[in-house]
Amino acid sequence: MSTRATIALGVALLALVTLPYWLTQIYYVNVASQILFYAIFALGVNLLLGYAGLVSLGHAGLFGIASYATAYLLAAGFGHTLSIVAALIIGLFSTAIFAALSLRTAGIGFIMITLALGEILWGLAYRWISITNGDNGISVHGRPQPFGLSLASANSFYYATLFVFLLCVIVVTIFVRSPFGAALKGTRDQPRRMTALGYHVWMIRFWACMFSGLLTCIAGILFVYYTQFISPQTVALTSSAEVVLMVISGGPATLLGPIVGAGLVVVVKSVVSGFIERWNFLLGAIFVAIVILMPEGLVPGTVRLWKLGWRKTMARRRPAVIAKTGEPAP
Amino acid sequence: MSRKVTRRKFLAGTAAGAAAATFNFPMPAIAQAAPFKLGLLTVKTGPLAQGGIQMEQGIVTFLKEKNYTFAGRKVEFFSADTGGSPAGTKTKAQELIERDKVDTIVGPLAAFELLAITDYIAQQKTPLLSLAAAEDMTQRRPNPYFLRASASSAQAMHPMADYAAKEMKLKRIVTISEDFAFGYEQMGGFQQTFEDNGGRIVKKLWPPIVTPDYTPYLAQIADCDGVCQGFAGSNPLRFLKQYAAAGLKFPVVTGETGGDDALLRSFGDEALGMMSCCPYTLDLDNASNKRFVAAMNKDYGVDPGFYCAGLYVNGQVVEAGLEKTGGKSDDKTALMAAMKSVVLTDTPRGAIKFDHLGNVIGDFFIRRVEKAGNKYINKTIKTYHNVSQFWTYDEKKFLQQPVYSRNYPPLKS
Amino acid sequence: MNFWILLTVNSITFGGLLFLLSAGFSLIFGLMRIPNLTHGSLFMLGAYVGATFIIGFIGLKFDFWIAAILAALVVAAFGALCERLLLRRLPGDQLAQVLVTLGISFMVADFCLMVWGGDPISVATPQHLGGFIRYGIAVFPLYRLAIIGIAALVAICLWLLLERTRLGAMIRAGVDDPEMARVVGIRVSQLFTIVFALGSALAAFAGIIGGPILSVYPGLDQDMLPLALVVVILGGTGSLLGSFVGSLIVGFLYNFGQALLPELAYFILFLPMLLVLVVRPQGLFGRQLQ
Repeated sequence: MSTRATIALGVALLALVTLPYWLTQIYYVNVASQILFYAIFALGVNLLLGYAGLVSLGHAGLFGIASYATAYLLAAGFGHTLSIVAALIIGLFSTAIFAALSLRTAGIGFIMITLALGEILWGLAYRWISITNGDNGISVHGRPQPFGLSLASANSFYYATLFVFLLCVIVVTIFVRSPFGAALKGTRDQPRRMTALGYHVWMIRFWACMFSGLLTCIAGILFVYYTQFISPQTVALTSSAEVVLMVISGGPATLLGPIVGAGLVVVVKSVVSGFIERWNFLLGAIFVAIVILMPEGLVPGTVRLWKLGWRKTMARRRPAVIAKTGEPAP
Repeated sequence: MSRKVTRRKFLAGTAAGAAAATFNFPMPAIAQAAPFKLGLLTVKTGPLAQGGIQMEQGIVTFLKEKNYTFAGRKVEFFSADTGGSPAGTKTKAQELIERDKVDTIVGPLAAFELLAITDYIAQQKTPLLSLAAAEDMTQRRPNPYFLRASASSAQAMHPMADYAAKEMKLKRIVTISEDFAFGYEQMGGFQQTFEDNGGRIVKKLWPPIVTPDYTPYLAQIADCDGVCQGFAGSNPLRFLKQYAAAGLKFPVVTGETGGDDALLRSFGDEALGMMSCCPYTLDLDNASNKRFVAAMNKDYGVDPGFYCAGLYVNGQVVEAGLEKTGGKSDDKTALMAAMKSVVLTDTPRGAIKFDHLGNVIGDFFIRRVEKAGNKYINKTIKTYHNVSQFWTYDEKKFLQQPVYSRNYPPLKS
Repeated sequence: MNFWILLTVNSITFGGLLFLLSAGFSLIFGLMRIPNLTHGSLFMLGAYVGATFIIGFIGLKFDFWIAAILAALVVAAFGALCERLLLRRLPGDQLAQVLVTLGISFMVADFCLMVWGGDPISVATPQHLGGFIRYGIAVFPLYRLAIIGIAALVAICLWLLLERTRLGAMIRAGVDDPEMARVVGIRVSQLFTIVFALGSALAAFAGIIGGPILSVYPGLDQDMLPLALVVVILGGTGSLLGSFVGSLIVGFLYNFGQALLPELAYFILFLPMLLVLVVRPQGLFGRQLQ
């Protein structure tokens, strides 16, 4: 890691840790918490979308399963620890079924199967009233108190979310740089060659799905503790599409991209919408503008422009060899 | 293109309102208290926007009429768009309460939006006046900071059923409504009162909220002498068109969303003869309704419906409550208590007061869709006075039975 | 008896409407490999524009059919513009296409809300088609029967276009193998614009034809897009026969499923789609796609 990157990382970390001190309004701290758990969700979707080339339009279903499981168990009188662990297990089990069904295809077939699965889960949330309480949803009373620390206040919940977020970022970083991550990218770019080389493409994709599902479920649990309410709207197709938009607009197959994308969407939806009545139009226009100006996504696009600018100011005449982002042969 | 003009007028109207809020106040001679902050949670974008935009028009009309002053205090108005999602509603409620520090919130529109924030509202002790009809909010799980000046889901359906059985002499009815809580609660209330009066519900149909074509359900309407529909949003329009197109001629009865006055501008001949029961009626002859309708006609070029009127009445309740506390709003509990004890005699929906659970007791109007010239109107035929959410039932007994649902009351075989 | 006849006729009607909507979607996807998520918005835009022409626009009032054709032309121009200005820059980049088509659909939905407000607009049934046909005890709304006729007519025209004209041959070549088509001198890029405009026009036409049944309201786009997806997935992409058969299947599934198994109303469309995808991912009439 270059010095510049280390400094940037340090500044970013410092900013995140001290955020409640310079963003004094509780409201904005809450918005920051939302960005963080949506970023975890987007990181999970990015594992499939960016690194495996599999676009899922059903992830809100998995997100919802974890949220509903937590809310249902809490409402049934179970403790926080048990509910969270059980929700993760239920979520992962569902992900396994989800993956087994959808990984029969790739490309557009995968999009469509996940869309169908997502719609079916949405239908379940709506109509399995004995479990989900239909569109009246389930309320969650209280937040967990890990090690006796109450998470009721906006700041403490922010720090808990930040902690989980950083953990997820670290694990995802390790995962992506591991041989397994490289193999996953291989299945995206050259599935046939990977098979020929003796890799079990299906199995690699399956485990990527599982990891993606884990992150999605974690985000789902944070979500339900944050809003303290879950209803079928959370599981709808628009939610799945939204997280896909976060990833693509931020920059797929990058670490920072999904985080920036989550920030963009959450800020436009929650903050900008307070000032601009036609915020839906604005959001659409931003997406179109990103595609025109930075088709590779905000983060890689900015990096490209930055490097371009840097090179121009330095006026160095190096041969234009732009190292394509590392694609280590497996 | 009349709609475009309407929209522009609306924008101009809000702009004028905002300008009035900012500049047009006569400078007070003595130092005035800080402004009273009123927040609105509504849906201004997405599929639910129709009702949400009308809500904003209703409250803005009232504020303009009062020159943005309640009980001698200037009113600062904050409008937030929830986008029609529960998570969005929570965020916007936080924005209003934590950032803008509002004293009272009016809205939101849909039951699931309200349910997403009810705990939060109670924690923050912020009075909330909503149109959302979820029964249990003022019944089995009441929220002390919640007030409903419109109607609970079944409140209009009880008198509708009474009228259908006693005056329309209907005996066998098929109910059809969207497959969600508001539909269940409406139809449940209708069924209970209708069957108590000797009628019989022969079939209950529940199409999903998104049902482009109702024909599969229409094909099952038979062996009856009437239909009760409980659709909301733009669905009543589509339902009635397809109902007529399928050649069905049974009389149709409905509630406040299915026969809303604001839908009249979209209806065609297929709506003629439909009976509805609503807590607001456009043709109510009293001073405040005349003022309200005239202002709506002038500013937006439309006749108001139930959503507009509901927010206008909410505004009146807030103003009356603030007058009772002498303009003080620091003690939210006292403000809430004051609003709850408000008794108003002149609102666009007639006289209202609240029961101890925070739900309105007021007039409900039975209307019939008729044609006057080239306009469709809801002609008021009968008024039920002082209707409570418990209708004529004993409160205790009513609360002991489960909340109206898909299967309660059960269908008699 | 009446019940079954009514449902059958209605299944075909609804299938016909879906065919008008999805034929363009299928062609666009088959030829350009673009998952056009604006298709629902084009349907809604067509319905709004058409309704405006019918109700009257700057003093000009049009007949239903003329309004339908005008709306189709307006939306076709809009579609062509989107293709020329945006989608053209993104060949083969499916992620960017998803982003841009969803972005446009956000903008169109909000634009419609801004211009036409939130009130639903009722589209009157064309006067000469307002009645019924009685056959024994069964009653058929004339307009619904007319939709079947229109869909059949459009299907035949499309078939003739694809099978009997030079343009159709080029489109088919493009669907089968775009690179080879380019090599043999077909101006694929121009073809893309034509097909996208044609698909948009069909969607808009469907929107206004569906108007008297569905009416026009915010959210119509989101209600229709999943149906188009299901049709195309069932039938297979890029195949006219596929969308025709897929539309009829969906029409029947939708009508009979909701009438006979109301408990499963939410799954009636997606369960069969899931089954088809798991068993035969390319759809009933589609070619293997990657």
